[in-house]
Amino acid sequence: MNSTPPLLQARNVTMRFGGVTAVRSVDFSLGEVELRCLIGPNGAGKSTFFKMLTGQLRPSEGSIHFRNTDITGSNPHQIARLGVGIKTQVPNVFNGLTVRENVFIGAGRRKSLARAQRIVDETLTRLQLDTIAERIVGQLAHGQRQWVEIATVLAQEPELILLDEPAAGMNHEEVLRTAELIREINKTQALVVVEHDMQFIRMIARTVTVFSQGEVLVEGSVETVLSDQRVKDVYLGRRAA
Amino acid sequence: MKLLRSSGGAQTVVILSIIVMFAVPKVLSEFGVMQATLFAAVAIFGLSQGFVWGYAGIMSFGQAAFLGIGAYTYAIAAINLGNTQMAALLAIAVPMLFAALLGYFMFYGRISDAYVGVITLTVSVILFELMNSTSGSQYHIGDAVLGGFNGIPAIPPFAPPGKPDEPLDQIGVWYVAMSTLIVAYGFLKWTLASRFGRVVVAIRENETRAMLIGYDPRLYKLLSFVIGAGIAGAAGAVFATWGGFISPTVFALTMSAQVIISVLIGGLGTLIGPILGAVAIQYLINVAGTQHTIDPSLGLGIVLVAFVLLVPQGVVPVVRSWIARLSSTSRTPRAKTAKTPNASEQESRS
Amino acid sequence: MDLTGLLAFNVLTGIATLALITIGLGVIYGMMRIINLAHGEFMMLGAYTAVTASTAGVNIWVSMLILPPLVVGLVGLVLERTIIRFLYGRMMDTMLATWGISLGLIGLITSIFGNVVKSVQMPVGSFAIGQYHVSAYSLVIIGVGVVVLSSLLLLLRKTRFGLILRATMQNPAMSASLGVRPAAVYMATFALGAALAGLAGGVLAPISGVSPGMGGAYIAKAFITVLGGGPAIIAGTGLAAGLFGFINEIVSFLSTPVIGDIALLASAIVLIRVLPQGITGRFLRRSS
Repeated sequence: MNSTPPLLQARNVTMRFGGVTAVRSVDFSLGEVELRCLIGPNGAGKSTFFKMLTGQLRPSEGSIHFRNTDITGSNPHQIARLGVGIKTQVPNVFNGLTVRENVFIGAGRRKSLARAQRIVDETLTRLQLDTIAERIVGQLAHGQRQWVEIATVLAQEPELILLDEPAAGMNHEEVLRTAELIREINKTQALVVVEHDMQFIRMIARTVTVFSQGEVLVEGSVETVLSDQRVKDVYLGRRAA
Repeated sequence: MKLLRSSGGAQTVVILSIIVMFAVPKVLSEFGVMQATLFAAVAIFGLSQGFVWGYAGIMSFGQAAFLGIGAYTYAIAAINLGNTQMAALLAIAVPMLFAALLGYFMFYGRISDAYVGVITLTVSVILFELMNSTSGSQYHIGDAVLGGFNGIPAIPPFAPPGKPDEPLDQIGVWYVAMSTLIVAYGFLKWTLASRFGRVVVAIRENETRAMLIGYDPRLYKLLSFVIGAGIAGAAGAVFATWGGFISPTVFALTMSAQVIISVLIGGLGTLIGPILGAVAIQYLINVAGTQHTIDPSLGLGIVLVAFVLLVPQGVVPVVRSWIARLSSTSRTPRAKTAKTPNASEQESRS
Repeated sequence: MDLTGLLAFNVLTGIATLALITIGLGVIYGMMRIINLAHGEFMMLGAYTAVTASTAGVNIWVSMLILPPLVVGLVGLVLERTIIRFLYGRMMDTMLATWGISLGLIGLITSIFGNVVKSVQMPVGSFAIGQYHVSAYSLVIIGVGVVVLSSLLLLLRKTRFGLILRATMQNPAMSASLGVRPAAVYMATFALGAALAGLAGGVLAPISGVSPGMGGAYIAKAFITVLGGGPAIIAGTGLAAGLFGFINEIVSFLSTPVIGDIALLASAIVLIRVLPQGITGRFLRRSS
C-alpha cells in the first residue's frame, strides 16, 4: 500500500458556469516526476480543468490536493508558492522587460541575489536563450516568447510544471526542441501538458488522459489511448493520430 | 524598459539637483526663491503620481487626497504640538495610514483598474466636501480651527531640529523643499532598483504572470499605493509650510488633474518626467493666471487634448528615443506605453 | 404623517435628479465604454443654454427642455468627430482627453460669460403637503426623469434605431457587414449621451446656481452611480439612482446636505466593492 500521497490529486472536480457544466466529476491523480498529457477536442473541458489546477478558477464541487495540501480554490500565487510552475495558453510574459529580466523575476523569489543570478544564467543557457538575453520580449517571435515563458517557469525551480499548449504556433524545429526539453525536464520534475498537436503528444507522452464533454473518457498509455476507437470517434473530423 | 541602465542617469540628476539647490538662492530674488519652492513642492507631488501610476500601474485619480491630508495634518499638528518636525513626520505617516486602509479596501476587493480611478477620485471629492463644510469655530482639532472653505491660516513654518524657536526663512524653506525632492527621488530610484521595485514593475507589465510566479499582486499594489501617499503627504507638508496657509482647494479635482497632466506630458514610466512636467505645468498655470489673452482652464484644456492626441507617451520618452536614435547604439524603444490598457491588463480585469 | 409625505416626496425628487444627472454618462459609458469626464460640463452647457435662451425671451419650457439637448447634442457630435473618435480603445487616453475638454469648456464659458453665478427664474410656484410647502418644480423634475428613462427604454428596445445601437455596441463587425456604419453609430450614441446631459443641466438650472464650475459637483455622483448601476444602462441607472438617491435624501434630512452627499458617495464606494459588476451585473442581467 503506497502511503506517500500523489503529487497532485483531484477528486470529483466539477465546474459550472451558470447553466453550463464544463467539467463534470473528474478524478485525476499524478505521481511524483510523472509526465501526463491531457488531450481532447475543443470544448472538452481540458483548459477549464487546467485552470482549476492553477487556481485561476474555483471548482464548483470537488477537491484538489497538492501532496497533502488542499489547494481547492486557492489563489494562483498561493499554488505557485507550493512549487507549481504554470505556463498559460496565451503566453503571459513581461513584454516590456528583457528576456533576462523576465527569467530573473521567476528566479528571484525568496532567494539570495547571487543564487538567483546563477539560476538565471543556467536557465538561459539550458533553453539556448543567451544570445537574445538582452532583447525586449515584446519584440520576439511567438516561439521565442513561449520559451521565455517556459524559462521563467523553470527558473522558479518548481516540482510540478503545468503547460498549456507549449507547442502552439511553433514550427517543426521548435516543436522538436520543445519536446526534447520536456523530456529532459521530466527527469527531475513532474509535468502536466495540455496539447492539441498529436505529433507532439507522440513525441513526449507516456500516460495520456483524454477529456470529452467535461469528463475523462479514457486514461492510459499513449499507444492504448490513441488506438482506442472511442477516442478516434471523439476526434472525428479532426486531423489527429 | 531596462531598469538597470538608468542608474547612471540618476546620479546625474541628483548632482544637478544639488547644484540647483545651492544656486537658486544666489541667482534668484527672494520672490524667485519662493516661486522655486512652489515648483519643488509640485515636483514632489508629481513624483508621487508618477510612481504610483507610471511604475505601479495604479490609476489614482485622486492623489490630491493624500496631498491634502498631508497638508492638513502638518497644519493641525504644527499648531497643536508646536513641534514642526513631528508635524512633518505625521504629515507623511497619516496619509500612508489612510492609503493603507483605502488600498486594502480597493486592491483586496479585486476591483478593476478603471474603478480604482473613480474610487480615488470620489474619495478626494468626499474630502473636499467634508473640509469645505467645516466652517465655524465648533470644527476644530485641538487648537486648530479647520475653517471650512477659508482654510487654516498662520501655519507655523518648519523649524530645523534643535532650533524649534527659529523657524526658517524663505531661503531655508527652499533648502528643505529641494532636499525633500532629492531624497524622494533617490528613495524611489532605490526602491525601483530593489527586488521589491522590480516585482512592482513586473506586476504592472503582466499581473497574471507575476501572480503565477508566486507574487501576491494585491500586496505589492497596496505597498506602492502607500509609498506614493507618503510622498504626496511630504509634498503637502512642504506646500503648507511654503504658503503658511491651507484650504480645501488642495483636495479639489483640479489639483489631481494638474498632477496627472504633469505626469502625462512629462512622460509616464519615468521619474524625471513627472518632475519636469510638474514644473512646466505649474509655470504654465502661473503664466496663464497672469495673462489675459486666454482663460487658464481653456489653455490647459487645449494643452492636455493636444498632448493626448499628438504626444501620448509624453515628452521625456520621446526625447529619450530621439537621443537614442542619434547615438550609435541601437537601443530598442519600449514595446508599449504603460497607460494604454494592454491585453493582459484586460485579462486580469475580467 | 405630513412628514412622511414630505420625506417621500423629497426622496422621489432626489432619485429623479440623480437619475437625470447620471443617464447621459451611463449611455456613453454603457455603450461605448468611454469614461467621459466632460459630462459635468455638458450639463453646464445645457444650463447656460437655458439661461441664455430664457433671458433672450424664449419660452421658459423650451429654454429648459428643448434647446439644451439640441445644443449640447450638437456639441457632443462635433467633439466626437474631432477628438474622441481617434481614441477608441484607449481608455486612459479618452479619460485624459475628456478631462481636457472639460477644462476647455469651463475656460470657454468663463471667457464668454465671466465667472459669475447666473440663474433661471423658477417657472412654477409651490404647493402644500399637509403643513409643509414644497416646490412644484420637484414634480417637473420627477416627471422629466420618468419620461426620459421610459422613452430611452422604448427607444432602445422597440425602435430600429435602438436595435442598431445595441447591436453595433455588441458586435461592430457584424453590424458593419449588415450595412450599418459603426462610425455613425458611435457618433449618434455620443451625441445622445451629450444631449441627455444637456437636458439634465437645463432642467436643473432653476434650482442650482449656473456657473462655469458647476459641473464639478455632478461628475463624481454621476460616475459612481453609473458604476453602481452596472452594465444594463437604464435599469442600472434607475436602480442605482433609487438606492443612492434614497440614502442621500434620508441622510441629508437627518443631518446636512453635505453629509448627505458624502453618504451617497461613501455608500456607492461600498456597493462597488461588494458588487464589482454593479447592481445589474448581479441581478437583472438581461435587461438594458
